[in-house]
Amino acid sequence: MSKKNKPQTIPRHSATFDEYTLSEIRRAASTGIYDIRGGGAKRQLPHFDDLLFLGASMSRYPLEGYRERCDTNVVLGTRYASKPLEIDIPITIAGMSFGSLSGQAKEALGRGANTAGTSTTTGDGGMTPEEREHSALLVYQYLPSRYGMNPDDLRKADAIEIVVGQGAKPGGGGMLMGQKISDRVASMRTLPKGIDQRSACRHPDWTGPDDLEIKILELREITNWEKPIYIKVGGARPYYDTALAIKAGADVIVVDGMQGGTAATQDVFIEHVGQPTLACIRPAVQALQDLDMHRKVQLIVSGGIRNGADVAKAIALGADAVSIGTAALVALGDNHPQYEDEYQALGTTAGAYDDWHEGQDPAGITTQEPALASRLDPITAGRRLSNYLKVMTLEAQTIARACGKNHVHNLEPEDLVALTVEASAMAQVPLSGTSWIPGQN
Amino acid sequence: MQTLDLQAIGLRKLNSTLHTDNASTAYKITNPMGGHAIACGLNRAMDVTIDGHAGFYCAGMNQLANVTVQGHVGVGLAENMMSGTVRVTGNASQAAGATAHGGLVVIEGDASSRCGISMKGVDIVVGGSVGHMSGFMAQAGNLVVCGDAGEALGDSIYEANIYVKGSVESLGSDCEEKPMDAEHISALSSLLEKAQVKAEASQFKRYGSARTLYNFQPDNAGDY
Repeated sequence: MSKKNKPQTIPRHSATFDEYTLSEIRRAASTGIYDIRGGGAKRQLPHFDDLLFLGASMSRYPLEGYRERCDTNVVLGTRYASKPLEIDIPITIAGMSFGSLSGQAKEALGRGANTAGTSTTTGDGGMTPEEREHSALLVYQYLPSRYGMNPDDLRKADAIEIVVGQGAKPGGGGMLMGQKISDRVASMRTLPKGIDQRSACRHPDWTGPDDLEIKILELREITNWEKPIYIKVGGARPYYDTALAIKAGADVIVVDGMQGGTAATQDVFIEHVGQPTLACIRPAVQALQDLDMHRKVQLIVSGGIRNGADVAKAIALGADAVSIGTAALVALGDNHPQYEDEYQALGTTAGAYDDWHEGQDPAGITTQEPALASRLDPITAGRRLSNYLKVMTLEAQTIARACGKNHVHNLEPEDLVALTVEASAMAQVPLSGTSWIPGQN
Repeated sequence: MQTLDLQAIGLRKLNSTLHTDNASTAYKITNPMGGHAIACGLNRAMDVTIDGHAGFYCAGMNQLANVTVQGHVGVGLAENMMSGTVRVTGNASQAAGATAHGGLVVIEGDASSRCGISMKGVDIVVGGSVGHMSGFMAQAGNLVVCGDAGEALGDSIYEANIYVKGSVESLGSDCEEKPMDAEHISALSSLLEKAQVKAEASQFKRYGSARTLYNFQPDNAGDY
């Protein structure tokens, strides 16, 4: 009997050494350098989709969807700031730098946020005049690199966000590869044009929460105690990080899970360091509650927020607001199928493009190349973002009304169940169809 | 000169007085007692003398003002300073002049570790010695050390100049000794004179970036 006719199994690929893994081994063997990319964790993770709202029933009375009010406003910075930030919707725009993004993209983010009544945020490299002009509410990031850090800009900001870490790379600094260091970016960051810019991972003049408390004192003194001070941490040790941020004097704490994006870092960092967003919320809220600071120090959650259901679920678990980055870029036009031919030419496909550090973004968003950047009309893109923010808000309101809440902040963990054991344990809500919460009963 | 007693009026009143549009042009701050964030965020031309020791972030983010500390200072002296002059007659703790963009910092005594970390254009003159990791990721400006420098001087330095008169325990990654040409001697002489520090410029060695780490090369992975 020939081998061809002999009964045999079909070829079987290894689950451990799958096609992607094999391609990465070949890529590493060929180049000798780790893979760098943008975005957040792409692996399958327990997430908000693993939660469901219960809605109204005999013991809960729903609100009329198109009649009764369901408010969405949030006040950020009520602890110490004399001028807290008042936003109309519980969704803010996360920090993204001019440098990683084009000027047009930054302008579009500002325009979209303005129309929706929320804030946007600077990034590494400082504040551009255009960004300030187009953002009614602008949060100024205070980063370890202090690139472009200027006390005049600090005073112009509406809030200050001290970045300790971010979800894509807790413990890692920023990267902006040489291809994106244009004359203007180089000038803003006081660096030679064309070099790989390595942002520091630690702040240069403080270590630990005791020092940070004094740093916050300095920032408040310089800005006349007017501005809310946020502390942003990656999803690492959310209970202790939140507790220490409160101790250090934060007005607002931003917890960014591992699905949160970055402009560029090592893929191994993105996929293997940090915790899923879903796992970070309850410990952070617990720390706030233990210190009697829940709703006094506001909690913003970010990392993989995509729709109004995610917003509502994060708030039900105890957040005051959420922040979006990747989703905002997609709303502007990032990874749009209209550029499929160009994505293919770059060796990828629309929806998977993540080589943001290379500056060749066909959508003109993650680039400093003038011809590419000019593809993005800030007015049109800004309108797309405001539409998206509006839809997310309407969706969150729809869910809140169905749960009988006249403010999204009235959503609570008791409105939720989990579809999986993992999500049940992380969100600390019962597994659907049971009263069981792993680790609690 | 107006006198402000920190212990009597408190930090908020002190700094808000210095920040007001109609602030005086000269102040003396008494009883600082190691307080933090003294005279930070000044943004107009004025002379401020702190009569005693100051804590963290003294004269932080200074613009235009001339601040003199008659004593020692804590962490982050004149951090992110943009312009003006900050002088300390004693010693400075770590991260003096961190990320500062401009102006002149003079420390007549010693400075601890990470002096001039991520400096972005400031001139820092230290009459004594500096601790380890000084000039770490220094981007622009001049760090002058009239004494000795600790280990890993200028690690990952960009385009700043470091001048050291005494010994250097070790250089950090990508930092190398550079030629001390006539132009550098001249520039350093001017800076020493401006800082009112007596030292002979020709006796200094200059250190800067070897520029081998500016763009990632796998062969240099051990240096990152």
